[in-house]
Amino acid sequence: MRKFNQHSGIAAPIDRNNVDTDMIIPKQFLKSIKRTGFGPNLFDELRYLDEGKPDQDSSQRPINPDFVLNQSRYAGASVMLARRNFGCGSSREHAPWALDDYGFRVVIAPSFADIFYNNCFKNGLLPIVLDENIVDRLFDECASNEGYQLSIDLPAQTVTTPSGETFSFDVDAFRKHCLINGLDDIGVTLEDSALIKSYEAERRKQSPWLFDSFTHS
Amino acid sequence: MAGKTLYDKLWDDHLVKQRDDGSALIYIDRHLLHEVTSPQAFEGLRLADRKPWRLDANLATPDHNVPTTDRVRGIDGIDDPVSRIQVETLDKNCDEFGILEFKILDQRQGIVHVIGPEQGATLPGMTIVCGDSHTSTHGAFGTLAHGIGTSEVEHVLATQCLVQQKMKNMLVKVNGALRPGVTGKDVVLAIIGKIGTAGGTGYAIEFGGEAIHSLSMEGRMTICNMSIEAGARVGMVAVDDTTINYVKGRPYSPKGENWDLAVSAWRDLHSDADAVFDKVVELEGADILPQVTWGTSPEMVVGVDGIVPDPDKESDPIKREGIVRALRYMGLAANTPVQDIQLDRVFIGSCTNSRIEDLREAAAVVKGRKVAASLKQAMVVPGSGLVKAQAEQEGLDKVFIEAGLEWRDPGCSMCLAMNADKLGQGEHCASTSNRNFEGRQGFGGRTHLVSPAMAAAAAIAGHFTDVRDYL
Ligand code: SF4
Repeated sequence: MRKFNQHSGIAAPIDRNNVDTDMIIPKQFLKSIKRTGFGPNLFDELRYLDEGKPDQDSSQRPINPDFVLNQSRYAGASVMLARRNFGCGSSREHAPWALDDYGFRVVIAPSFADIFYNNCFKNGLLPIVLDENIVDRLFDECASNEGYQLSIDLPAQTVTTPSGETFSFDVDAFRKHCLINGLDDIGVTLEDSALIKSYEAERRKQSPWLFDSFTHS
Repeated sequence: MAGKTLYDKLWDDHLVKQRDDGSALIYIDRHLLHEVTSPQAFEGLRLADRKPWRLDANLATPDHNVPTTDRVRGIDGIDDPVSRIQVETLDKNCDEFGILEFKILDQRQGIVHVIGPEQGATLPGMTIVCGDSHTSTHGAFGTLAHGIGTSEVEHVLATQCLVQQKMKNMLVKVNGALRPGVTGKDVVLAIIGKIGTAGGTGYAIEFGGEAIHSLSMEGRMTICNMSIEAGARVGMVAVDDTTINYVKGRPYSPKGENWDLAVSAWRDLHSDADAVFDKVVELEGADILPQVTWGTSPEMVVGVDGIVPDPDKESDPIKREGIVRALRYMGLAANTPVQDIQLDRVFIGSCTNSRIEDLREAAAVVKGRKVAASLKQAMVVPGSGLVKAQAEQEGLDKVFIEAGLEWRDPGCSMCLAMNADKLGQGEHCASTSNRNFEGRQGFGGRTHLVSPAMAAAAAIAGHFTDVRDYL
């Protein structure tokens, strides 16, 4: 997994509550059996005026000029500002894959849906929860300053604005450790193989029916 | 010391290791797989040269992409080549790794969340995960069940464990009896209307109270299914006789001596009387009417006698903007009675409402009546091949067909429109599924979530109407 330490980048505001993962990446793009290539279809229904299809060259499609990511001032954005309950709905990991493929590294919101929040960490993407009134201010500052950049320091757990104002955020220690070191979760878990095996043996004794289920018919 | 909640018990029972940093390794008893969220996980295993930890914990089936007509053609019947590759990839992966799969032509094929319980692959006390957010459905059996992402699918395949943070406990209690004509779907929509789509974020919800325990397993599954729409990954109902009677005699449920052992363990799967919840929400069953969503989020819901809200009356600016946007997308004017919403299509199906009881309720409403001529389509998609067979044995297929509804083969179908079944732009659909997000059932499509009985009544009337007038 890609490591995450510090990152600075242009912020782009997605100004609505309850942005769901269907909106982040519509279902027709879930047919891919790969993890990459979803970037051109991030927010497909908001971004283009026609209906997107998989395996289509999106650079030829009519774009919606009103959509934030189509405005030149947000070109190259890598920090997303978002509203309440970002990433709700379907568990599709294609949502963080699409954000990542587009070039986002950080999403800042007052709250996230649980599964999406979790999926971000597995893909080197950092979701940051800040107080709603702070997020409101970042939205305002972003709107009134072209080229508005935010700097994120994961080891220090801070977000810094262009004027030097700094906000701290919380992040769970294990996830932080994995992200900073680019650790593969599975490898870490397998270090506890012996523990898993002994738990399993005990469980087999206590609840044998859980282990013969797919054999007796 | 205070007693334990059901969630606490399930958690403690599956705890392999508590790490110092607050995260924990949790053992997974059952892992369900489908074609959309697994290919990248199998690919990951192959790249790292890893093997599944425990084959017999896994069960797979294709459901999202399968066509709901002309099933006899099997995989060849999938016209969209990209969809076909995904289903073929699941077959290949399961064959290669040795995972039990109900393939497209198997009568046991169906929506993962329908077939788990139907087969007895879902058992009380288990931890159950699947790369699908509606895995919460299985919590109806007193299990700890939730959706996971593809990286976690790979993690569970490789280690039989998940890295988890313990959630907080929430009790949603529905007191008293429900009114006639009010179903599990109406109850869960009313709950989401009350607590909002983020109301359960960070919580494991236990549904309790007389109204919940008077429901069948089908009704409980519908409620747990949609706990994710309230933001909670986990929804649960304590085990009682209804649970145990449902599980008994299923193909993969325990037999003989193991059955008795299992039942005595399952009897403890309820919250202790002195357990403390971090949050308690109460509703009165008698206050709940049949529900209809009017907007683009499941929390945008009113009773069948309600009206579409007026954004000018909303004081929170972000919410007001949300209402304005939803009304624009849905093509609705503020203050319109929901019963005046004219429909183009009706969809009865999905992992929320495609079990036998759902089909019986819908059939009872349409029996001897005709679908409104103004509708373009009304379809019924059973949740599995076995639900289909059961319905046909009861003659429900004939009731639907005579009334003018289409009778389809099992799959997710128009719930998310990954197969050929979808809404046209601007079309209004009464749907028994779980998400009314923009574009969910087709580009520009407008979804209204209702119970199967309400969908059936809407099919007859051509617009929403109070199903209680049809009973
Ligand atoms: S029926 Fe709908 S919600 Fe359920 S698993 Fe299928 S696509 Fe997901």
